Amino acid sequence: MAVSSSNATSTVMNNVEAVRATLYEALKNDDRTVILGEDVGARGNVFLITKDFINEFGSQRIIDTPIAEASIVGIAVGMAMEGLRPIAEIQFADFIYPAFNQIVGEAAKTRYRSNGEYTCPMVIRTPYGGGVRGALSHSVSIEALFYHVPGLKIVAPAFPADVKGMLNTAIDDNDPVLFLEHKKTYRLIKGEVPDGHYTIPFGKANVLKEGTQLTVVSYGLYVHWALEAAQKLQEEGVSVEVIDLRSIRPMDKGTILRSVEKTRKLLVIHEDNKFGGIGAEISAMVAENALFHLDAPIRRLCGPDVPAMGYALPLEEEFMSSPGEMAEAMRELVRF
Amino acid sequence: MATTITMPQLGETVTEGTVAQWLKKVGDSVDKYEAFVEVSTDKVNAEVPSPVTGTIREVLVKEGETVATGTPIAVIDEVGAAAQSAPAPAAPAHAPAAAPASHAPMTAPPASSNGAGKASAIGADAESALRGASPAVRRLAREHHLDIRSIKGTGTNGRVTADDVLTAASMGPSAVVGQAIASSAPTAPAAPSAPKAPPPSGTSTYGEPIPGTVIPLTQARRIIAERMVESKRTAPHAWSMVEIDVTNVWKWRTREKDRFERETGYKLTLLPFFIRAVVESLAAFPLMNGKFTADGIYVNKDVNLGIAIGLATNLVVPVIKNADQLSIKGLAIAAGELIDKARRNKLGVDDLAGGTFTVNNNGANGSWASAPIINGGQAGIVTMETVVKKPVVRDDDSIAIRSMMNSCLSLDHRVVDGYVASGFLADLKKRLEKMGPEGTL
Repeated sequence: MAVSSSNATSTVMNNVEAVRATLYEALKNDDRTVILGEDVGARGNVFLITKDFINEFGSQRIIDTPIAEASIVGIAVGMAMEGLRPIAEIQFADFIYPAFNQIVGEAAKTRYRSNGEYTCPMVIRTPYGGGVRGALSHSVSIEALFYHVPGLKIVAPAFPADVKGMLNTAIDDNDPVLFLEHKKTYRLIKGEVPDGHYTIPFGKANVLKEGTQLTVVSYGLYVHWALEAAQKLQEEGVSVEVIDLRSIRPMDKGTILRSVEKTRKLLVIHEDNKFGGIGAEISAMVAENALFHLDAPIRRLCGPDVPAMGYALPLEEEFMSSPGEMAEAMRELVRF
Repeated sequence: MATTITMPQLGETVTEGTVAQWLKKVGDSVDKYEAFVEVSTDKVNAEVPSPVTGTIREVLVKEGETVATGTPIAVIDEVGAAAQSAPAPAAPAHAPAAAPASHAPMTAPPASSNGAGKASAIGADAESALRGASPAVRRLAREHHLDIRSIKGTGTNGRVTADDVLTAASMGPSAVVGQAIASSAPTAPAAPSAPKAPPPSGTSTYGEPIPGTVIPLTQARRIIAERMVESKRTAPHAWSMVEIDVTNVWKWRTREKDRFERETGYKLTLLPFFIRAVVESLAAFPLMNGKFTADGIYVNKDVNLGIAIGLATNLVVPVIKNADQLSIKGLAIAAGELIDKARRNKLGVDDLAGGTFTVNNNGANGSWASAPIINGGQAGIVTMETVVKKPVVRDDDSIAIRSMMNSCLSLDHRVVDGYVASGFLADLKKRLEKMGPEGTL
């Protein structure tokens, strides 16, 4: 599944392989690890992430569930409270709505409700995002629906090395983590992944490219496109700093604020709808803490406020922001 | 299209204005809202923004000349709206430069020719330059003591960017501050009365005094002179002084000053504490907040406190309205804003009107006692002198090192006698000595 690099300290993987390798390691290292979800067993997940796991670890640990998301999460909550380390999969983020109560009403509140007597050490993995002609039911971004909820951690790594390090952190965490995997990056993005077990802490953004004239904050697929746009602008002599948020909640306020205090301008780019999105929280946080460093209004380049991403290519393209549009938004704000 | 610009009315009670300085000359181009002339009245100097974009065709009033509001002072050849993006082809539109005489038929409805011009004359200049100023620009300009209006903007639509401020700051204080002072110099000398070596317009008002020459009076200087003579002539001044122990209030101020400056951007001096005590004492001695009129002593309803601020070339006394309704913090901010405006020469008529009593912070240069002249139409003026550490014999005969400050009061003896005045001073002393670090700002 993966090609070893020459020095054997790291391996080049795509994001699917990084998820698969990390899950495999968790199953191997800890008998309490359980994977449950639709088609995770016999089918090996629709992206073949858990292919053949059921043969090696058995149907007690790799559990094919009915098409009932509330049950998938609800059962995982019970397992987690009683000592297992479940990794629940929602086949596509678009299907997570029936599980909303189990996630928000149960998992996120377990520690608080039991005054710390019970915790809920579970991971909910789900592929999200558009750009793959997934239409209404296979394109949605769900982070804003959940990031309002204290007690729930949400991460959306964009690079294979981050996927592995942060999935390990999610699995080790004693509280529920919503682990978002952008499906268009699954096979598109490849990168070196260190061998062996390691973790990347939540709440740490990654400055992918340093710059002086504008701070761009993004996550997921768009981080790659924002980086591409920023590199194009570098050739035009425009210096843009690109920050990969990685962890949506907890959010790394310090890295964002330090950057904005340097560049004095902020552009937040995300695929999710603009209204009430992650960009709204980042904007408010920056306005609250760094107003007197801002030399331009904060700008957001986000998905439009329409109910879903259409199947027709022009509709999908209209919803998504291209690297070209990102570059133009950056130019405009630098010029301001 | 020619637009005739008239002398704006810089305040409700103002009927005339003096052209202090032409900031643009005939032939210069001027942008809409760009200041093109500085006008002074007996109360205020203001840069007047152009209501149109165009070229100055004619200047109708010389520097130093005083004319009634509404009198035409200049004619601007307006660049047509369509021409703004392409000036060249538009030239024929105003090519028939139909000689100076054509300013008579006022083609454009001059917004500045009546009362409506007031707001734009005073406000628009400042507002248009500041409207686009981002929080970062404002902060950086304040930190570097720069006037945003004196900085050339390179951003969208000429917006001053944070980098522009830093560039201006890096050019050194002399370059930019000099420019700022020049543009805000209270009044350029009136040329006619200074046949000999009139300082070039745009330089600071007095520059180096040259022995053996007459420095022509600026409008501001003339007004100050008239007011002082008037007050001394009509109001019999009496004088008294108390020594106040400000050790505790000084400690309080020291404890709060860093946080205060960080939170508000203004320095916390002893002034707001003193003003707070003064307004409380005025409440206890309402006659001190009155004035002498032919009909009797008028006791003011509001407590509007003037603060005397000495500038290099003149004195201004902006007023904190309803000062008795402000906390020490509120007073500090209000005073900070007025001092800031005064230094930038941006006080408006409304900032200067309506004072009922005056405080003069006189101690900055070490003055230990002074006999101030009452601001006309008020009952008194009280000073803060320098704070000095002294050995003080206390009530229990112990000797302690205390921070002491004299406060001097000049009073209009027509309004009150020594009995009330000394009671007022004793009350003021008591209130300040009671203030200490346990209070809230």
